[in-house]
Amino acid sequence: MSTTLSPVLSDQWDAERSWTLATYEQGRGYRALRTALGMAPADVVTAVKDSGLRGRGGAGFPTGLKWSFLPQPDGGPRYLVVNADESEPGTCKDIPLMMATPHLLVEGVAITSFAIGCTHAFIYVRGEVLHVYRRLLRAVEEAYAAGHLGKNIHGSGFDLDVTVHAGAGAYICGEETALLDSLEGRRGQPRLKPPFPAVAGLYARPTVVNNVESIASVPSIIDRGVDWFRSMGTEKSAGFGIFSLSGHVERPGQYEAPLGITLRELLDMAGGVRGGHELKFWTPGGSSTPLFTAEHLDVPLDYESVGAAGSMLGTRALQIFDDSTCVVRAITRWAEFYAHESCGKCTPCREGTYWLKQILARIEHGRGTMEDLDTLLDVCDNILGRAFCALGDGATSTITSGIALFREEFEAHITGGACPFDPVASAKFDYTPRNRRADVHALSGVAAGTVGA
Amino acid sequence: MATTAYEPYEGTKLERLERDAAQAMARYPDTRSALLPLLHLVQSEDGYVSPDGIAFCARQLGLTTAEVSAVATFYTQYKRHPNGEYTVGVCTNTLCAIMGGDAIFDELSEHLGVGHDETTEDGKITLERVECNAACDYAPVMMVNWEFFDNQTPDSATQVVDRLRSGEPVAPTRGASSVCSFKAMSRVLAGFPDGRADEGVGAGEATVVGRRLAREKGWTAPAGPASAESTDTEASSAGQAAGMTRGRDSSVDQPAAPPQGGTQGGDTGRGTDASKES
Ligand SMILES: Cc1cc2nc3c(=O)[nH]c(=O)nc-3n(C[C@H](O)[C@H](O)[C@H](O)COP(=O)(O)O)c2cc1C
Ligand code: SF4
Ligand code: FES
Repeated sequence: MSTTLSPVLSDQWDAERSWTLATYEQGRGYRALRTALGMAPADVVTAVKDSGLRGRGGAGFPTGLKWSFLPQPDGGPRYLVVNADESEPGTCKDIPLMMATPHLLVEGVAITSFAIGCTHAFIYVRGEVLHVYRRLLRAVEEAYAAGHLGKNIHGSGFDLDVTVHAGAGAYICGEETALLDSLEGRRGQPRLKPPFPAVAGLYARPTVVNNVESIASVPSIIDRGVDWFRSMGTEKSAGFGIFSLSGHVERPGQYEAPLGITLRELLDMAGGVRGGHELKFWTPGGSSTPLFTAEHLDVPLDYESVGAAGSMLGTRALQIFDDSTCVVRAITRWAEFYAHESCGKCTPCREGTYWLKQILARIEHGRGTMEDLDTLLDVCDNILGRAFCALGDGATSTITSGIALFREEFEAHITGGACPFDPVASAKFDYTPRNRRADVHALSGVAAGTVGA
Repeated sequence: MATTAYEPYEGTKLERLERDAAQAMARYPDTRSALLPLLHLVQSEDGYVSPDGIAFCARQLGLTTAEVSAVATFYTQYKRHPNGEYTVGVCTNTLCAIMGGDAIFDELSEHLGVGHDETTEDGKITLERVECNAACDYAPVMMVNWEFFDNQTPDSATQVVDRLRSGEPVAPTRGASSVCSFKAMSRVLAGFPDGRADEGVGAGEATVVGRRLAREKGWTAPAGPASAESTDTEASSAGQAAGMTRGRDSSVDQPAAPPQGGTQGGDTGRGTDASKES
């Protein structure tokens, strides 16, 4: 008995003009909002709590429980902020969801806001997805016109305004407290916790921050019920989730399935690893999660099982790399990413990611020493658990797991004095690398001076 | 050829910008939240975050220019020098790099004669290496003014930049029916819609690959409780509506009724004439 796909969020993604209100309402669109408005707000919170929905933004914190942490109303404002910053390498589910069916998110925002007593909600979308921002602005506009947002929604007496806010390029703004600082018009740097956003979030007011997919799952729970949701997934990892397959697979893309499906099952659906090659390593939850190999093909992809196997479910960003791939090159590039995106607030991460990047680059290019491997592990050890936010910890994941799994490959770079892999073999197309060409020209550009680069 | 004819912040330009700034500030309970939109707005006028633009933001929000600069320098989308008409970003994060992004970047760099974060002499193109843009299932990915160019090769990417430089309209694979200028894009990012949301596809192939497979195989999520099929909200009382009193539903692996729309192949909207109206 194998697991099959369970399209819920992705149900309308292939519909004609799927992004419009008209299409959304041909399905179940905004039905759950009407149901919710007929309930007591506390019952909506209870339903989401009982469903077992856990945050889909990486950490897996129970969504309803988070909502219930808000203090008793004191007459002042409370906020919902949707984290639509999707930037964790490998993660590519929220952006296509908002491109194809932005109303799914808008309806979730309306229901959640009603449940937590919020009258002004924000969707913080990364600034590097122009058309997604257009679609969100348009969906909100349509929802206002149809009375799903605005004053006295469907005669319920509930008012809600929604602002869609574009970021400006910074991975760290996905961290929820950095996101709040950014939304307040500041540099996006994490805040000390506690106080948690539930107590002092946006403008120091009680705030719920949730991922796009978490909020988009809410309408289905209200519409079809807690038992329906719990009939999918496992006891502790209830429901469905979007699994994003990328890299060396025959049919990369989005596969929505109950939590607990395995990579073996997903690869089967996706046509397997690229023809003529074997699976070498993969990330179960993005670049901040320890690497898995073919040994882990049958690990159920739920929070508990992936954790027990030594990694994290994260964002279900399954980046697949076959035997043509140099693991040192892969890990070095991620390390460069973390060094670039480190916000600089705390020393272990700011300095540590810089040194990790330098040492890895040296090893990748055949100029490393055996001691470098120990230094790498030592630096990781000094970051892990000592960094101010989870970015620092995440930066170490693929390095420590990569050395544990592929130490001999690191050593081969050192003893051989060069990378033993041909980058052409892992690319999707054939080409002649620049360093193997005779006619390399000097460049003549004018500096653009990207400020934060 | 300079693409940025710089106008000082006075007269009609200032009036127009003050009106826009007031609109942006009205979206937030605390006006400082409008700083990111205002910086995008400045770029929509000047093609970069100009010193006058910084002073403008500071005046509007009651901040010092140092406070505004501190924010502007934190974010990669804000430019210190006049940007080209098109920002061409090649994803060179691990997955795209390995799938061919490194080769695409090298090819473009060679072809355009510029390196990372440099602009061609004609002011048309600023080339960048960019981080993961949440499109890994379309690797290798290139972004032009933050529109998606999926599944690129060195040849396809070179053709795109050549056409951009010669002034031809160029369509992204997922996005509006043609790429707009850096300034026009910046205005949208400041929160001023350009009426193009209905252009382009809803989804690309990789986005719907799982959805289509499910249709082919007849796989669906379990059916909801029968009463939930009713759209009559009055019919369900508060407790029931949350499904708390309902019985257990069919299990995951038990195929339920075919989904709405049956087994039709499902068009993603590709090929429908992109309508220009909003
Ligand atoms: C460096 C960093 C980047 C993050 N990026 C995102 C992101 O892009 N989207 C997201 O939803 N959560 C991201 N998170 C997790 C958020 O901090 C937060 O846990 C999440 O938005 C909560 O929503 P959820 O409970 O619905 O998952 C990031 C965390 C860190 C440390
Ligand atoms: S861990 Fe890194 S990103 Fe997080 S606060 Fe410290 S320096 Fe900033
Ligand atoms: S790695 Fe290039 S889009 Fe994700």
